[in-house]
Amino acid sequence: MFYIRCPYTNEYHSEEEFKPCGQAQIRRADSPVSTSDEQWGDYLFFRDNIRGVHHEMWLHLPTRRYFNVTRHTVTNEILETWRMGEEPRYQSDGRGGVIDTRADNDSEEVA
Amino acid sequence: MERYSGFGLVRHALSHHEQWQRMWRNPTPKRHYDVIIVGGGGHGLATAWYLAREHGVTNVAVIEKGWLGGGNTARNTTIVRSNYLFDESARLYEHALKLWEGLSQDINYNVMFSQRGVLNVAHTMQDVRDTRRRVNANRLNGIDSDYLDADGVKHLVPAMDCLENARYPVLGASFQPRAGVARHDAVAWGYARAADSRGVDLLQNTEVTGFLIENGEVKGVETTSGEIRAGRVGVVTAGNSSTMARMAGFNLPVESHPLQALVSEPLKPVIDTVIMSNQVHGYISQSDKGDLVIGAGVDGYVGYGQRGSYPIIEHVIQAIVEMFPSLSRVRMNRQWGGVVDTTPDASPIISTTPVKGLFFNCGWGTGGFKATPGSGHIFAWTLAKGRPHPIAEPYSMQRFHTGALVDEHGAAAVAH
Repeated sequence: MFYIRCPYTNEYHSEEEFKPCGQAQIRRADSPVSTSDEQWGDYLFFRDNIRGVHHEMWLHLPTRRYFNVTRHTVTNEILETWRMGEEPRYQSDGRGGVIDTRADNDSEEVA
Repeated sequence: MERYSGFGLVRHALSHHEQWQRMWRNPTPKRHYDVIIVGGGGHGLATAWYLAREHGVTNVAVIEKGWLGGGNTARNTTIVRSNYLFDESARLYEHALKLWEGLSQDINYNVMFSQRGVLNVAHTMQDVRDTRRRVNANRLNGIDSDYLDADGVKHLVPAMDCLENARYPVLGASFQPRAGVARHDAVAWGYARAADSRGVDLLQNTEVTGFLIENGEVKGVETTSGEIRAGRVGVVTAGNSSTMARMAGFNLPVESHPLQALVSEPLKPVIDTVIMSNQVHGYISQSDKGDLVIGAGVDGYVGYGQRGSYPIIEHVIQAIVEMFPSLSRVRMNRQWGGVVDTTPDASPIISTTPVKGLFFNCGWGTGGFKATPGSGHIFAWTLAKGRPHPIAEPYSMQRFHTGALVDEHGAAAVAH
Protein backbone atom coordinates (compact mmCIF):
# COMPACT_ATOMS: atom_id res chain seq x y z
CA MET A 1 0.00 0.00 0.00
CA PHE A 2 1.47 3.34 -1.05
CA TYR A 3 1.23 6.31 1.25
CA ILE A 4 1.48 9.31 -1.03
CA ARG A 5 2.05 12.96 -0.18
CA CYS A 6 0.03 15.37 -2.29
CA PRO A 7 2.44 18.22 -3.13
CA TYR A 8 -0.38 20.78 -3.13
CA THR A 9 -1.85 20.10 0.31
CA ASN A 10 1.22 18.42 1.84
CA GLU A 11 -1.06 15.76 3.25
CA TYR A 12 -0.40 12.04 3.10
CA HIS A 13 -3.17 9.75 1.85
CA SER A 14 -3.43 6.07 1.05
CA GLU A 15 -3.01 4.79 -2.49
CA GLU A 16 -6.74 4.24 -2.96
CA GLU A 17 -7.34 8.01 -3.06
CA PHE A 18 -5.11 8.27 -6.10
CA LYS A 19 -5.05 7.05 -9.66
CA PRO A 20 -1.82 6.35 -11.52
CA CYS A 21 -1.80 8.07 -14.93
CA GLY A 22 1.36 6.72 -16.52
CA GLN A 23 4.72 8.22 -17.36
CA ALA A 24 5.23 11.89 -16.42
CA GLN A 25 6.25 14.78 -18.63
CA ILE A 26 5.14 13.31 -21.94
CA ARG A 27 5.08 16.17 -24.37
CA ARG A 28 2.08 16.09 -26.64
CA ALA A 29 3.11 15.62 -30.24
CA ASP A 30 2.39 18.48 -32.60
CA SER A 31 -0.58 18.22 -34.91
CA PRO A 32 -1.05 14.65 -36.18
CA VAL A 33 -1.15 16.10 -39.67
CA SER A 34 2.34 17.58 -39.54
CA THR A 35 3.81 14.74 -37.43
CA SER A 36 5.24 11.60 -39.01
CA ASP A 37 3.61 8.25 -38.26
CA GLU A 38 6.77 7.32 -36.39
CA GLN A 39 6.62 10.37 -34.09
CA TRP A 40 2.88 10.03 -33.55
CA GLY A 41 3.20 6.33 -32.68
CA ASP A 42 6.06 7.11 -30.30
CA TYR A 43 3.96 9.76 -28.59
CA LEU A 44 0.89 7.53 -28.26
CA PHE A 45 2.35 4.16 -27.44
CA PHE A 46 6.06 4.03 -26.59
CA ARG A 47 7.03 4.44 -22.94
CA ASP A 48 10.30 4.35 -21.00
CA ASN A 49 9.00 1.62 -18.64
CA ILE A 50 12.01 2.11 -16.37
CA ARG A 51 13.20 -0.60 -14.04
CA GLY A 52 14.44 1.75 -11.34
CA VAL A 53 13.71 5.43 -10.72
CA HIS A 54 10.56 6.32 -12.61
CA HIS A 55 8.74 9.63 -13.03
CA GLU A 56 5.01 9.21 -13.26
CA MET A 57 1.85 11.27 -13.10
CA TRP A 58 -0.82 10.59 -10.48
CA LEU A 59 -4.25 12.09 -9.89
CA HIS A 60 -5.60 12.84 -6.43
CA LEU A 61 -9.22 11.83 -6.95
CA PRO A 62 -11.02 13.89 -4.24
CA THR A 63 -9.32 17.17 -5.22
CA ARG A 64 -8.95 16.33 -8.94
CA ARG A 65 -5.37 17.57 -8.96
CA TYR A 66 -2.61 16.04 -11.03
CA PHE A 67 0.94 15.86 -9.74
CA ASN A 68 4.08 13.83 -10.33
CA VAL A 69 5.75 11.11 -8.31
CA THR A 70 9.32 9.84 -8.45
CA ARG A 71 9.21 6.20 -7.45
CA HIS A 72 11.57 3.26 -7.63
CA THR A 73 9.68 0.61 -9.60
CA VAL A 74 11.42 -2.33 -7.94
CA THR A 75 11.41 -1.29 -4.28
CA ASN A 76 8.32 0.95 -4.67
CA GLU A 77 10.08 3.60 -2.55
CA ILE A 78 8.59 7.02 -3.27
CA LEU A 79 11.51 9.46 -3.42
CA GLU A 80 9.49 12.64 -3.91
CA THR A 81 6.25 14.10 -5.18
CA TRP A 82 6.27 17.29 -7.19
CA ARG A 83 3.80 19.68 -8.73
CA MET A 84 2.98 19.87 -12.40
CA GLY A 85 5.42 22.19 -14.16
CA GLU A 86 8.21 21.59 -11.66
CA GLU A 87 11.29 19.48 -12.28
CA PRO A 88 12.10 16.33 -10.32
CA ARG A 89 15.03 16.24 -7.92
CA TYR A 90 15.82 12.56 -8.47
CA GLN A 91 16.72 11.03 -11.82
CA SER A 92 17.42 7.51 -12.99
CA ASP A 93 21.06 6.75 -13.73
CA GLY A 94 19.93 4.24 -16.38
CA ARG A 95 21.25 1.26 -14.42
CA GLY A 96 18.60 1.01 -11.71
CA GLY A 97 20.28 3.60 -9.43
CA VAL A 98 19.39 7.13 -8.35
CA ILE A 99 20.97 10.47 -9.19
CA ASP A 100 20.22 13.33 -6.78
CA THR A 101 20.48 16.41 -8.99
CA ARG A 102 20.52 18.83 -6.06
CA ALA A 103 23.29 16.96 -4.27
CA ASP A 104 25.41 17.40 -7.41
CA ASN A 105 24.70 21.13 -7.50
CA ASP A 106 25.56 21.50 -3.82
CA SER A 107 28.90 19.74 -4.20
CA GLU A 108 29.75 21.92 -7.17
CA GLU A 109 28.93 25.04 -5.19
CA VAL A 110 31.14 23.90 -2.34
CA ALA A 111 33.96 23.20 -4.77
CA MET B 1 16.55 -39.18 -22.37
CA GLU B 2 14.75 -41.70 -20.24
CA ARG B 3 11.22 -42.24 -21.53
CA TYR B 4 8.50 -41.67 -18.93
CA SER B 5 5.68 -44.23 -18.85
CA GLY B 6 3.45 -46.18 -16.52
CA PHE B 7 5.78 -49.19 -16.76
CA GLY B 8 8.71 -46.96 -15.92
CA LEU B 9 6.93 -45.85 -12.77
CA VAL B 10 6.49 -49.47 -11.71
CA ARG B 11 10.11 -50.30 -12.56
CA HIS B 12 11.39 -47.34 -10.55
CA ALA B 13 9.15 -48.36 -7.66
CA LEU B 14 11.15 -51.60 -7.47
CA SER B 15 14.32 -49.59 -6.89
CA HIS B 16 12.57 -47.33 -4.35
CA HIS B 17 12.56 -44.41 -6.80
CA GLU B 18 16.28 -43.88 -6.25
CA GLN B 19 17.34 -44.35 -9.88
CA TRP B 20 15.55 -41.44 -11.59
CA GLN B 21 17.78 -39.50 -13.97
CA ARG B 22 18.26 -35.75 -13.79
CA MET B 23 15.76 -34.06 -16.08
CA TRP B 24 18.37 -31.88 -17.80
CA ARG B 25 22.08 -31.23 -17.83
CA ASN B 26 23.80 -28.22 -16.31
CA PRO B 27 26.19 -27.46 -19.20
CA THR B 28 29.12 -25.07 -19.46
CA PRO B 29 28.36 -22.39 -22.04
CA LYS B 30 29.90 -22.85 -25.48
CA ARG B 31 31.50 -19.86 -27.19
CA HIS B 32 29.11 -19.91 -30.10
CA TYR B 33 25.53 -21.02 -30.75
CA ASP B 34 23.38 -20.85 -33.86
CA VAL B 35 20.54 -19.37 -31.81
CA ILE B 36 20.45 -17.88 -28.32
CA ILE B 37 17.14 -17.53 -26.53
CA VAL B 38 17.14 -15.05 -23.68
CA GLY B 39 14.64 -16.03 -21.01
CA GLY B 40 14.03 -19.54 -19.67
CA GLY B 41 10.31 -19.39 -19.03
CA GLY B 42 7.65 -21.44 -20.76
CA HIS B 43 7.77 -19.42 -23.98
CA GLY B 44 11.57 -19.48 -24.24
CA LEU B 45 11.85 -23.19 -23.49
CA ALA B 46 9.04 -24.00 -25.92
CA THR B 47 10.88 -21.98 -28.57
CA ALA B 48 14.02 -24.04 -27.97
CA TRP B 49 12.11 -27.31 -28.21
CA TYR B 50 10.36 -26.44 -31.46
CA LEU B 51 13.62 -25.10 -32.93
CA ALA B 52 15.18 -28.49 -32.24
CA ARG B 53 12.24 -30.65 -33.29
CA GLU B 54 10.67 -28.76 -36.19
CA HIS B 55 13.72 -27.08 -37.68
CA GLY B 56 16.61 -29.32 -36.66
CA VAL B 57 18.40 -26.38 -35.03
CA THR B 58 19.97 -27.94 -31.94
CA ASN B 59 22.98 -25.71 -31.38
CA VAL B 60 20.82 -23.54 -29.17
CA ALA B 61 21.24 -21.98 -25.73
CA VAL B 62 18.49 -20.77 -23.43
CA ILE B 63 19.94 -18.16 -21.08
CA GLU B 64 18.06 -17.59 -17.83
CA LYS B 65 19.11 -15.21 -15.06
CA GLY B 66 17.32 -17.18 -12.36
CA TRP B 67 15.94 -20.70 -12.55
CA LEU B 68 13.83 -22.23 -15.31
CA GLY B 69 10.16 -21.28 -15.25
CA GLY B 70 10.55 -19.10 -12.14
CA GLY B 71 8.88 -15.96 -13.49
CA ASN B 72 5.38 -15.60 -14.85
CA THR B 73 5.29 -19.28 -15.86
CA ALA B 74 5.20 -20.10 -12.15
CA ARG B 75 2.86 -17.25 -11.21
CA ASN B 76 -0.13 -17.43 -13.53
CA THR B 77 -3.56 -18.95 -12.97
CA THR B 78 -2.94 -21.67 -15.60
CA ILE B 79 -5.98 -20.93 -17.77
CA VAL B 80 -5.85 -22.04 -21.41
CA ARG B 81 -8.45 -20.91 -23.95
CA SER B 82 -8.67 -19.54 -27.48
CA ASN B 83 -12.03 -17.73 -27.64
CA TYR B 84 -10.63 -14.39 -28.80
CA LEU B 85 -12.62 -11.97 -30.90
CA PHE B 86 -10.35 -10.94 -33.75
CA ASP B 87 -9.20 -13.21 -36.57
CA GLU B 88 -5.51 -12.56 -35.88
CA SER B 89 -5.89 -13.53 -32.23
CA ALA B 90 -8.13 -16.49 -32.99
CA ARG B 91 -5.49 -17.91 -35.33
CA LEU B 92 -2.74 -17.39 -32.77
CA TYR B 93 -4.48 -18.79 -29.70
CA GLU B 94 -6.22 -21.62 -31.53
CA HIS B 95 -2.85 -22.63 -32.96
CA ALA B 96 -1.64 -22.83 -29.36
CA LEU B 97 -4.71 -24.71 -28.13
CA LYS B 98 -4.25 -27.38 -30.81
CA LEU B 99 -0.66 -27.86 -29.70
CA TRP B 100 -1.83 -28.06 -26.06
CA GLU B 101 -4.06 -30.98 -26.98
CA GLY B 102 -1.12 -33.17 -27.97
CA LEU B 103 1.53 -31.63 -25.77
CA SER B 104 1.93 -34.27 -23.06
CA GLN B 105 2.57 -36.92 -25.76
CA ASP B 106 4.83 -34.61 -27.80
CA ILE B 107 7.25 -33.91 -24.99
CA ASN B 108 6.66 -37.15 -23.04
CA TYR B 109 5.79 -35.16 -19.92
CA ASN B 110 2.41 -34.97 -18.30
CA VAL B 111 1.44 -31.31 -18.33
CA MET B 112 -1.94 -32.26 -16.82
CA PHE B 113 -3.83 -30.37 -19.50
CA SER B 114 -7.43 -30.60 -18.36
CA GLN B 115 -10.08 -29.48 -20.84
CA ARG B 116 -12.68 -28.61 -18.22
CA GLY B 117 -14.03 -25.65 -20.15
CA VAL B 118 -13.91 -21.91 -19.51
CA LEU B 119 -16.89 -19.65 -18.84
CA ASN B 120 -16.66 -15.92 -19.52
CA VAL B 121 -19.57 -14.44 -17.59
CA ALA B 122 -21.70 -11.53 -18.79
CA HIS B 123 -23.11 -9.27 -16.07
CA THR B 124 -24.68 -6.46 -18.11
CA MET B 125 -26.70 -6.20 -21.30
CA GLN B 126 -23.66 -4.80 -23.08
CA ASP B 127 -21.67 -7.81 -21.85
CA VAL B 128 -24.36 -10.05 -23.31
CA ARG B 129 -24.18 -8.35 -26.71
CA ASP B 130 -20.36 -8.46 -26.73
CA THR B 131 -20.34 -12.08 -25.64
CA ARG B 132 -22.79 -13.12 -28.36
CA ARG B 133 -20.73 -11.32 -30.95
CA ARG B 134 -17.57 -13.01 -29.74
CA VAL B 135 -19.21 -16.46 -29.72
CA ASN B 136 -20.27 -15.92 -33.32
CA ALA B 137 -16.81 -14.71 -34.30
CA ASN B 138 -15.26 -17.76 -32.61
CA ARG B 139 -17.52 -20.13 -34.53
CA LEU B 140 -16.69 -18.44 -37.82
CA ASN B 141 -13.05 -19.09 -36.98
CA GLY B 142 -13.70 -22.76 -36.26
CA ILE B 143 -13.32 -22.38 -32.51
CA ASP B 144 -15.75 -24.24 -30.24
CA SER B 145 -17.80 -21.64 -28.41
CA ASP B 146 -21.31 -21.60 -27.00
CA TYR B 147 -23.53 -18.95 -25.53
CA LEU B 148 -25.20 -19.97 -22.27
CA ASP B 149 -28.06 -18.12 -20.60
CA ALA B 150 -28.30 -17.74 -16.83
CA ASP B 151 -29.94 -21.15 -16.42
CA GLY B 152 -27.16 -22.76 -18.41
CA VAL B 153 -24.57 -21.14 -16.17
CA LYS B 154 -26.45 -22.19 -13.05
CA HIS B 155 -26.57 -25.76 -14.33
CA LEU B 156 -22.84 -25.81 -15.02
CA VAL B 157 -21.75 -23.97 -11.86
CA PRO B 158 -24.24 -24.63 -9.05
CA ALA B 159 -22.11 -22.74 -6.52
CA MET B 160 -22.50 -19.49 -8.39
CA ASP B 161 -25.05 -16.90 -7.26
CA CYS B 162 -27.30 -16.65 -10.32
CA LEU B 163 -30.22 -14.95 -8.58
CA GLU B 164 -31.63 -11.85 -10.18
CA ASN B 165 -30.86 -9.67 -7.17
CA ALA B 166 -27.19 -10.68 -7.01
CA ARG B 167 -24.66 -7.88 -6.71
CA TYR B 168 -23.23 -8.98 -10.06
CA PRO B 169 -26.21 -10.60 -11.78
CA VAL B 170 -25.35 -13.40 -14.19
CA LEU B 171 -27.13 -12.75 -17.48
CA GLY B 172 -25.25 -15.29 -19.54
CA ALA B 173 -21.80 -16.51 -20.45
CA SER B 174 -19.67 -17.79 -23.27
CA PHE B 175 -18.46 -21.35 -22.82
CA GLN B 176 -15.51 -22.95 -24.57
CA PRO B 177 -15.51 -26.68 -23.77
CA ARG B 178 -12.01 -27.35 -25.17
CA ALA B 179 -10.48 -24.70 -22.93
CA GLY B 180 -9.23 -25.53 -19.47
CA VAL B 181 -6.18 -25.49 -17.27
CA ALA B 182 -2.69 -27.04 -17.31
CA ARG B 183 -0.02 -27.62 -14.72
CA HIS B 184 2.12 -24.52 -15.24
CA ASP B 185 5.43 -25.75 -13.77
CA ALA B 186 5.16 -29.02 -15.67
CA VAL B 187 4.98 -27.05 -18.90
CA ALA B 188 8.32 -25.35 -18.23
CA TRP B 189 9.94 -28.54 -16.95
CA GLY B 190 8.57 -30.69 -19.74
CA TYR B 191 9.78 -28.34 -22.46
CA ALA B 192 13.14 -27.96 -20.71
CA ARG B 193 13.65 -31.70 -20.46
CA ALA B 194 12.57 -32.29 -24.06
CA ALA B 195 14.77 -29.49 -25.43
CA ASP B 196 17.75 -30.65 -23.36
CA SER B 197 17.36 -34.17 -24.77
CA ARG B 198 17.86 -32.73 -28.28
CA GLY B 199 21.07 -31.02 -27.24
CA VAL B 200 19.82 -27.55 -26.27
CA ASP B 201 21.99 -25.99 -23.53
CA LEU B 202 19.94 -24.57 -20.65
CA LEU B 203 22.13 -21.98 -18.94
CA GLN B 204 20.62 -21.05 -15.59
CA ASN B 205 21.88 -18.38 -13.18
CA THR B 206 23.32 -16.57 -16.18
CA GLU B 207 22.16 -13.01 -16.71
CA VAL B 208 22.37 -11.23 -20.04
CA THR B 209 23.98 -7.85 -19.41
CA GLY B 210 24.23 -6.58 -22.98
CA PHE B 211 24.10 -7.40 -26.67
CA LEU B 212 27.05 -7.65 -29.04
CA ILE B 213 25.96 -5.54 -31.99
CA GLU B 214 28.21 -4.92 -34.99
CA ASN B 215 27.06 -2.81 -37.95
CA GLY B 216 23.44 -3.01 -36.84
CA GLU B 217 23.54 -6.79 -36.63
CA VAL B 218 23.44 -8.85 -33.45
CA LYS B 219 26.50 -11.09 -32.95
CA GLY B 220 25.75 -12.49 -29.51
CA VAL B 221 25.22 -11.50 -25.91
CA GLU B 222 27.31 -10.44 -22.95
CA THR B 223 26.47 -12.40 -19.85
CA THR B 224 27.60 -12.78 -16.26
CA SER B 225 29.43 -15.90 -17.53
CA GLY B 226 31.21 -14.00 -20.30
CA GLU B 227 30.60 -13.35 -23.96
CA ILE B 228 28.52 -15.85 -25.94
CA ARG B 229 28.24 -15.40 -29.69
CA ALA B 230 25.32 -16.43 -31.86
CA GLY B 231 23.89 -16.07 -35.32
CA ARG B 232 20.44 -15.08 -34.12
CA VAL B 233 19.09 -13.99 -30.75
CA GLY B 234 15.47 -14.28 -29.57
CA VAL B 235 14.41 -12.36 -26.49
CA VAL B 236 11.51 -13.78 -24.48
CA THR B 237 11.78 -11.94 -21.18
CA ALA B 238 8.19 -10.81 -20.47
CA GLY B 239 8.23 -8.06 -17.81
CA ASN B 240 11.89 -7.24 -18.38
CA SER B 241 11.57 -6.83 -22.16
CA SER B 242 11.87 -3.03 -22.05
CA THR B 243 15.16 -3.34 -20.17
CA MET B 244 16.46 -5.80 -22.76
CA ALA B 245 15.32 -3.58 -25.64
CA ARG B 246 17.08 -0.59 -24.11
CA MET B 247 20.32 -2.63 -24.01
CA ALA B 248 19.88 -3.19 -27.74
CA GLY B 249 19.25 0.51 -28.30
CA PHE B 250 15.53 0.82 -28.97
CA ASN B 251 12.27 1.35 -27.12
CA LEU B 252 9.21 -0.91 -26.87
CA PRO B 253 5.51 -0.01 -26.62
CA VAL B 254 5.33 -2.03 -23.42
CA GLU B 255 4.63 -1.22 -19.79
CA SER B 256 5.37 -3.66 -16.99
CA HIS B 257 2.68 -3.95 -14.35
CA PRO B 258 2.27 -6.11 -11.26
CA LEU B 259 -0.41 -8.80 -11.63
CA GLN B 260 -1.51 -10.80 -8.62
CA ALA B 261 -3.05 -14.16 -7.91
CA LEU B 262 -3.88 -16.13 -4.79
CA VAL B 263 -4.90 -19.60 -3.70
CA SER B 264 -7.12 -20.79 -0.88
CA GLU B 265 -6.77 -23.70 1.47
CA PRO B 266 -7.63 -27.02 -0.25
CA LEU B 267 -11.36 -27.76 -0.42
CA LYS B 268 -13.44 -30.65 -1.63
CA PRO B 269 -14.45 -30.28 -5.30
CA VAL B 270 -16.77 -27.32 -5.73
CA ILE B 271 -15.86 -25.79 -9.10
CA ASP B 272 -15.12 -28.18 -11.98
CA THR B 273 -14.67 -25.56 -14.68
CA VAL B 274 -13.07 -22.12 -14.97
CA ILE B 275 -15.08 -18.95 -14.40
CA MET B 276 -13.81 -15.61 -15.63
CA SER B 277 -15.53 -12.30 -15.15
CA ASN B 278 -14.37 -9.34 -17.15
CA GLN B 279 -16.59 -6.85 -15.32
CA VAL B 280 -15.27 -7.56 -11.86
CA HIS B 281 -11.68 -8.43 -12.84
CA GLY B 282 -11.69 -11.82 -11.25
CA TYR B 283 -11.32 -15.41 -12.34
CA ILE B 284 -11.50 -18.61 -10.40
CA SER B 285 -10.86 -22.32 -10.85
CA GLN B 286 -10.07 -25.22 -8.56
CA SER B 287 -6.80 -27.08 -8.82
CA ASP B 288 -6.56 -30.86 -8.65
CA LYS B 289 -5.19 -30.40 -5.13
CA GLY B 290 -8.41 -28.61 -4.17
CA ASP B 291 -7.10 -25.05 -3.82
CA LEU B 292 -9.23 -22.34 -5.32
CA VAL B 293 -6.98 -20.46 -7.74
CA ILE B 294 -8.03 -16.82 -8.03
CA GLY B 295 -6.60 -14.25 -10.41
CA ALA B 296 -6.90 -10.50 -9.95
CA GLY B 297 -6.36 -7.46 -12.14
CA VAL B 298 -3.19 -5.46 -12.70
CA ASP B 299 -2.02 -2.49 -10.71
CA GLY B 300 -2.23 0.71 -12.73
CA TYR B 301 1.38 1.74 -12.18
CA VAL B 302 4.66 0.41 -13.55
CA GLY B 303 6.13 -2.14 -11.16
CA TYR B 304 8.99 -4.64 -11.35
CA GLY B 305 8.87 -5.85 -7.75
CA GLN B 306 6.83 -9.04 -8.34
CA ARG B 307 4.26 -7.93 -5.80
CA GLY B 308 1.16 -5.77 -6.02
CA SER B 309 -1.15 -3.62 -3.92
CA TYR B 310 -3.58 -4.84 -1.30
CA PRO B 311 -6.59 -2.92 -2.67
CA ILE B 312 -6.45 -5.13 -5.79
CA ILE B 313 -6.64 -8.27 -3.64
CA GLU B 314 -9.49 -6.83 -1.62
CA HIS B 315 -11.35 -5.92 -4.80
CA VAL B 316 -11.06 -9.38 -6.38
CA ILE B 317 -12.00 -11.17 -3.16
CA GLN B 318 -15.07 -8.96 -2.76
CA ALA B 319 -16.14 -9.84 -6.29
CA ILE B 320 -15.51 -13.57 -5.88
CA VAL B 321 -17.47 -13.67 -2.62
CA GLU B 322 -20.37 -11.81 -4.25
CA MET B 323 -20.42 -14.35 -7.08
CA PHE B 324 -19.83 -17.36 -4.80
CA PRO B 325 -21.38 -16.51 -1.42
CA SER B 326 -20.64 -20.02 -0.13
CA LEU B 327 -16.90 -19.28 -0.32
CA SER B 328 -17.08 -16.35 2.10
CA ARG B 329 -15.40 -18.26 4.95
CA VAL B 330 -12.70 -19.92 2.89
CA ARG B 331 -9.24 -18.89 4.04
CA MET B 332 -6.62 -17.80 1.57
CA ASN B 333 -3.30 -19.59 1.82
CA ARG B 334 -0.90 -17.72 -0.43
CA GLN B 335 -0.79 -14.59 -2.53
CA TRP B 336 1.88 -13.48 -5.02
CA GLY B 337 2.58 -11.20 -7.93
CA GLY B 338 4.31 -11.34 -11.29
CA VAL B 339 5.46 -8.64 -13.69
CA VAL B 340 3.40 -8.62 -16.88
CA ASP B 341 4.42 -6.81 -20.05
CA THR B 342 1.29 -5.07 -21.27
CA THR B 343 0.95 -3.47 -24.71
CA PRO B 344 -1.44 -0.64 -25.62
CA ASP B 345 -3.70 -3.01 -27.61
CA ALA B 346 -3.34 -6.00 -25.25
CA SER B 347 -1.90 -8.15 -28.03
CA PRO B 348 1.61 -9.60 -28.03
CA ILE B 349 4.65 -8.51 -30.00
CA ILE B 350 6.37 -11.23 -32.04
CA SER B 351 8.66 -9.18 -34.15
CA THR B 352 11.84 -8.34 -35.92
CA THR B 353 13.62 -5.35 -34.41
CA PRO B 354 15.77 -2.47 -35.65
CA VAL B 355 18.77 -4.77 -34.94
CA LYS B 356 19.31 -7.42 -37.62
CA GLY B 357 19.14 -10.98 -36.30
CA LEU B 358 17.55 -9.89 -33.03
CA PHE B 359 13.92 -10.91 -32.49
CA PHE B 360 11.53 -10.11 -29.66
CA ASN B 361 8.61 -12.17 -28.37
CA CYS B 362 6.93 -10.18 -25.62
CA GLY B 363 3.88 -8.12 -24.71
CA TRP B 364 1.79 -11.14 -23.74
CA GLY B 365 0.58 -9.12 -20.79
CA THR B 366 -1.94 -10.79 -18.55
CA GLY B 367 -2.55 -13.79 -20.79
CA GLY B 368 0.66 -15.40 -22.00
CA PHE B 369 0.47 -18.82 -20.38
CA LYS B 370 -2.31 -20.09 -22.64
CA ALA B 371 -0.21 -19.29 -25.68
CA THR B 372 2.99 -21.03 -24.51
CA PRO B 373 3.13 -23.84 -27.13
CA GLY B 374 1.86 -21.63 -29.97
CA SER B 375 4.18 -18.79 -29.06
CA GLY B 376 7.17 -21.12 -28.94
CA HIS B 377 6.19 -22.84 -32.18
CA ILE B 378 5.77 -19.59 -34.09
CA PHE B 379 8.82 -17.94 -32.60
CA ALA B 380 10.97 -20.98 -33.41
CA TRP B 381 9.85 -20.73 -37.06
CA THR B 382 10.63 -17.01 -36.98
CA LEU B 383 14.13 -17.60 -35.57
CA ALA B 384 14.85 -20.48 -37.95
CA LYS B 385 13.78 -18.62 -41.10
CA GLY B 386 14.77 -15.12 -40.06
CA ARG B 387 11.36 -13.67 -40.88
CA PRO B 388 8.01 -13.60 -39.02
CA HIS B 389 5.80 -16.70 -39.18
CA PRO B 390 2.56 -15.91 -41.10
CA ILE B 391 0.55 -16.06 -37.86
CA ALA B 392 3.03 -13.63 -36.26
CA GLU B 393 2.92 -11.09 -39.10
CA PRO B 394 0.12 -8.93 -37.58
CA TYR B 395 2.08 -8.87 -34.30
CA SER B 396 5.03 -6.85 -35.54
CA MET B 397 6.01 -3.91 -33.33
CA GLN B 398 5.65 -1.82 -36.50
CA ARG B 399 1.90 -1.84 -35.90
CA PHE B 400 2.31 0.87 -33.26
CA HIS B 401 3.59 3.15 -36.00
CA THR B 402 1.29 2.08 -38.82
CA GLY B 403 -1.80 2.01 -36.60
CA ALA B 404 -2.78 -1.54 -37.59
CA LEU B 405 -3.43 -2.56 -33.99
CA VAL B 406 -4.91 -5.91 -32.98
CA ASP B 407 -7.10 -4.19 -30.45
CA GLU B 408 -8.16 -7.01 -28.18
CA HIS B 409 -8.24 -4.66 -25.21
CA GLY B 410 -11.57 -5.33 -23.59
CA ALA B 411 -12.78 -7.22 -26.65
CA ALA B 412 -11.75 -10.75 -25.81
CA ALA B 413 -13.35 -11.38 -22.44
CA VAL B 414 -10.02 -10.66 -20.84
CA ALA B 415 -9.84 -8.99 -17.48
CA HIS B 416 -7.02 -6.57 -18.25
